[in-house]
Amino acid sequence: MYEGVSFIPLTWTDMLYLAPEFTLAAVFLLLIVLDLLLPKSVSRLSIGWLTFAGLLVTLGLVVWRMLDMNKAGAAADAVHLLSNSYRIDDFASLLKIVFLTGTAFIVLLALGSVRDDDAITDRAEYFYLLLPAVIGAMMMSSSGNLVTLYIGLELLSLTSYVLVGMRRKSSLSAEAAFKYLVTGGISSALVLFGMSYLYGVTGSVDLAVIGKALPGALVDFQALVYVGFLFMLAGFGIKIATAPFHAWAPDVYQGAPSPVSAFLAVISKGAALAVIFRIMFNTVLFAVGGEDANVSNDIFFIVLVLAAAAMLVGTTTALRQKNVKRLLALSGVANAGYMLVPIGLSITVVHSSNFSEFIYYLIAYLLMTIGAFAVLSVVSRSAGHEELKGFSGMYYRAPWTAAAMVVFVLSLAGLPVSGGFFGKLFILLGAANAKIYWLAAIIVVSSVISYYFYFGLVRQMFMRSGSDDSDIRVPAATGAVIWLCAAATIALGLFPGPLMEWIDAVFSIRSDLMFQ
Amino acid sequence: MSILHDIPVLSLILLSPLLGLIVVLLLPKHRSSWLKTAAFIATLIPLALSLWLYSDYDKQQSGAPFDEQLNWVEVPLNKELQNGVSEFMFKFQYALGIDGLSLPLVLLTALVTAMAALAAFHVKKRWKSFFVWFLLLETGMLGVFLARDVFLFFVFFEITLIAMYFLIGIWGYHNRERAANQFLLYNGIGSAIMLLAFVLLVNTAGFRIEQIGEQANFIYSGSYADIARNMADPNAWVNMSPEQLDMFNPFQMTDTMQWVLFIMLLVAFGIKLPVFPFHTWMLKVHTEAPPSVVMIHSGVLLKMGAYGLLRFGVMLFPEQARDWAVVLALLGVVNILYGAVLAFRQQEFKLVLAYSSISHMGIVLLGLAAFNEIGLQGAVFQLVSHGLISALLFLIVGSMYERTGTTELSKLGGLARSMPFMSGVLLTAGLASLGLPGLSGFVGEFLSLLGLFESMRWLTAAAVLGVILTAVYVLRSVLKITFGPQHEKYSPLKDARLIEAIPMIVLLAFILLLGCYPSVLTDTVQYSIGGLFEQLLATRAGG
Repeated sequence: MYEGVSFIPLTWTDMLYLAPEFTLAAVFLLLIVLDLLLPKSVSRLSIGWLTFAGLLVTLGLVVWRMLDMNKAGAAADAVHLLSNSYRIDDFASLLKIVFLTGTAFIVLLALGSVRDDDAITDRAEYFYLLLPAVIGAMMMSSSGNLVTLYIGLELLSLTSYVLVGMRRKSSLSAEAAFKYLVTGGISSALVLFGMSYLYGVTGSVDLAVIGKALPGALVDFQALVYVGFLFMLAGFGIKIATAPFHAWAPDVYQGAPSPVSAFLAVISKGAALAVIFRIMFNTVLFAVGGEDANVSNDIFFIVLVLAAAAMLVGTTTALRQKNVKRLLALSGVANAGYMLVPIGLSITVVHSSNFSEFIYYLIAYLLMTIGAFAVLSVVSRSAGHEELKGFSGMYYRAPWTAAAMVVFVLSLAGLPVSGGFFGKLFILLGAANAKIYWLAAIIVVSSVISYYFYFGLVRQMFMRSGSDDSDIRVPAATGAVIWLCAAATIALGLFPGPLMEWIDAVFSIRSDLMFQ
Repeated sequence: MSILHDIPVLSLILLSPLLGLIVVLLLPKHRSSWLKTAAFIATLIPLALSLWLYSDYDKQQSGAPFDEQLNWVEVPLNKELQNGVSEFMFKFQYALGIDGLSLPLVLLTALVTAMAALAAFHVKKRWKSFFVWFLLLETGMLGVFLARDVFLFFVFFEITLIAMYFLIGIWGYHNRERAANQFLLYNGIGSAIMLLAFVLLVNTAGFRIEQIGEQANFIYSGSYADIARNMADPNAWVNMSPEQLDMFNPFQMTDTMQWVLFIMLLVAFGIKLPVFPFHTWMLKVHTEAPPSVVMIHSGVLLKMGAYGLLRFGVMLFPEQARDWAVVLALLGVVNILYGAVLAFRQQEFKLVLAYSSISHMGIVLLGLAAFNEIGLQGAVFQLVSHGLISALLFLIVGSMYERTGTTELSKLGGLARSMPFMSGVLLTAGLASLGLPGLSGFVGEFLSLLGLFESMRWLTAAAVLGVILTAVYVLRSVLKITFGPQHEKYSPLKDARLIEAIPMIVLLAFILLLGCYPSVLTDTVQYSIGGLFEQLLATRAGG
C-alpha cells in the first residue's frame, strides 16, 4: 500500500515550524561541546543555567507559533510535515508548553539541589541530558505516525535510563537505572509488537490511514486488532506506570535523583499519556460506529479498567508506605489513573471535553508533583534520608515551606482550594456526563483513601516534633520552584475559568486532535 | 430598603474573618495577647453584622431578598459536536443568600465562634497558627450556611474539614492525632459521597438552556436556585422521560436515581449530624479536641449536617423525604434513646455531653420527619438551641478542666463550694439541656414532638421516653460535679475570671431569651418555611 507514496522532503518553511525542536537540539550539542572545552575550574552550574535558558527560548518559540496559528480561531488548520508524520497543532503545542515548563522547573530544582549531592559526578550531563529527553517528549506529542512516535519514545526512554543512573556513587541509583532499563525495554518491545499487528492489519503506520482502514480490518482480523491495541496499551501502561504495570516505579523513583524522579513522574508520564490519547481518538474511535463496534467499545472500556486499577492500587499500596519518594511514585500511579479517565471516556454528543479535562489535570499534577519533589529534596538533604520521619517538626524548622507543602498535599488529595480539586472535579463531571457512574464512584473512593497517607505528611510536619530543630535551609532556586508551584496551584484552585477558556479557545477536536 | 441592601453584607460577614486572619498573620507570633485580641475582634465583626441583618430581616419581611451573585467559574465545554449551540459550559457561581433557615444558623455561628475566641485562653502554644485555622474555620462555617451554589457549598464544607483537622491534631489532648485522623476519614467519606451526589445533580437537574434570540446557551449550572427550580418544574429536562419528549434526553433523572441521590445525601449529611451508626468519630473529637474547638464543633459543625440534610435532601427531594419520613423518625428515635442510655453510663463528663449531643440531634431528625411546619420550626429551633447549650456546657467543661485537671465524674465533686458561679451556670445549662420550660431547650423539643405527634404517635411516645432519660443523666452528672463531698485539693480553686464569665453570661442570656420569648426565632423561620412543604409537594403532584 505504500508504493505510491513518495517521500516529501522538508522545505525551509517546514524547518521553521520545527524551530523549537531544532533550538533544543542545537543547545544540547552546544552544551556537550562546552562541557568538553570548559576548564574544570568553571562550575558546571553555568551549564545548568544555559539549559534553563534554552528551555525558555524554546518555550517562547512554541508559544509564538501557537499564537500565530490561532489567529484564525480554534478551527485553524494544523500543519503537517513529512506526509503527516509530524504535526504542529494545538494538541501538540499545549502539551509542549506543559513539558517545557515542567522541564524548566526541574532544571531549576536540579540547580538548587545538585551542589549538595556528592553522588552525582557528571554535573553537566545531569542538566543537558534533560534536553534530548524533552525533545523526545515533544516528538511524541507531535507525531502522527507510529514510527515517529516510536522514535520519540526511544529518545525519551534512552536518555531517562542514563538520567536515573546519574548518582554514580550510589548503588541504589545504579540498581534503579538497571531496573528501569529492563522494564523500559520490555515496554518498548510491547509497544513495537502491538504496532506491528496494527501495521499488519491496516497496511500503514500513518495514524490517519490506520483509523480509516480499521473498520474494514475488523471484519477479517478482529482478534489481531485486539492483540495490537492491548500490547500497545500494556507497553504505554508501563511508561505511565498504571496498575498493574507500576511495580518498577517506586524502586526507580527512589534510586533516581529527585529532579529526575519528578521528570519521570510528570514529563515521561505526560508524553506517554498524550500518545495514548492521540492513538485512541484517531484509530479506535473510528470503529465505534461500525459493525464491529464492540471491539472499539471494549478497548475504551479496557482503558477505563486500567484507570480504575491504577487509582485503587496506587492509593491502597501507598497506605503503608513510609518512604516519601516511593509514596510520591505510588501517588503518581493513582494520578495516572485519573488522567486515563478522560481518554477512556471516549467522545459522545453530550461529552466531548476530554482534552481540556486531561490537560487541566496534567497541569495541576505537574505543579503539585514538582512542588512536592522540591520540598522533598530540601527536607531529605537536611535529614539525610527520604523517610516520612524527615518531615517531622517541619513547622518549627521551615514554617513557610511547610505551608507550601500543605498546598501540594491538598492538591494531591483533591481538596479545595487547589488546582488538584478542580482537576479532579472536571474529570468527575466528565465521567458523570458520560454516565459512567461506577468510575465516578471509584474516583471519589480512591481520593478518600488517599487522604490517609497524604495527611500523614501533614501529621509529621505539624503534629510531631523532630529530633533536629535547626532551621532548614532552602536554596534560592528550589525556593523559587516551590513558591511558583504553590502560587500557581492556589490560583488554579481559585479561578480555573481563564485557563479552561483559553484551552477551549485554541483547541478543536476536528483540526487539532484528529487527522481526517 | 435599608442600608444593608446597599452594601454586600453577606460577603462582608463571610470575608471579615479572613481579614482578621491576615491581621493575625502579620502580628509577631510570641505576642499571645495581641493575637487573641485581634482574633476576638475579627469574630465580632461578623457577629455585629449578622445581628444587624437579623433584626433588619425580621422587620421587612416583604423587602428585597439579600442575594449576592458573581460568576465564579465558567468552564466552556467542547461544542463541536452540537449544532447551533453558541455556549456550552459549566457555570458555578459565587452565590450567597439567606433565608429563615440559614440566617439563624449564621447568627449562631458568629455568636458561638466569638465566644469560643474568648474561651481560647486555654491555648498554650502556637497561638498564631491556632487563630489562623480558627478564623479559617469560621469563614468555612459561615460559607456553608450562606452559599447558594452546590460547589461553593462543597468548598466551604471542605475548608471546615481541613481547619478542624489541624485544630484537633495540634491543640488537642493526648490522643489528638487519632481523633484528627478519624475525623478526617469519616467526614472525608461523607463529603465524598456528597460531592458525587452534587456532581450527579449538576449533570441532570443543573442543566438548562438559555434562549437569547437566535442563540441557544447550554449551561450546566451549580446554582442552588437553578437546581431547585428545575427539580420542581415538571416540564424541565430533568423530569421528562425520553418518551414524553420524543427525543434523546441524557438529563432525565429517573425515579431510581432520585432515590439513590436522596439516600446518598442522607448518608453524607448523616455522618456529619451524626446519625446513629456513623457517630463514633464525634465521640473522639468531643473528648480529644481543645475546649474552644469542641464548642464550635458541637455548637455549629454538627448543625451543618442537619442544615445540609434539610436544604439538599428534604427540599430537593420532598417526595422521597416524605416517603421515608418514618425512616427518618426511626433514626431520630434511635439516636435519642441510644444517646440517652449511653450518656447515663458514662464516667467521663465530656462523653456524657457527647452522647447527649447525639441524643439531641435525634430530636432534629424527628422535627424533619414530622413533615409539617411545626416540626420544621422545632427542628431549626432545636439546632440553634442545642448549639447554644452545648457551646455553653463545653465552655464550662474547659474552664473546670483548666482548674481540676480532670473531667472524670468520679474524681469531681462539691465544686459548688469553691466555684459557686460556674456551678450555677452549669446547673442552668444542664436544666436547659434537659428541656426545662423557660429555657431554650424546651421549645425545640416541644415543637418537634408536637409536629411529629400528628403523624406518628407511637414514635413520639418512644421519643418522649428519651426526654425523661435526659433529665436523669443530666442531673446525675451535674449534681455529682457540683454537690456532694468536696475533694480536699479542689477547695483553693478560684471561680471564673471575668474573661470566662463573659461568654458564659452571653450564651446564657441567649438561652433565656429563646426560652422566654421563642418568637424571636420562630417568626424568622416561619417567614421562609410557611407553606414550604405544601408548595414543594404540590408542584410535583401537578406534573
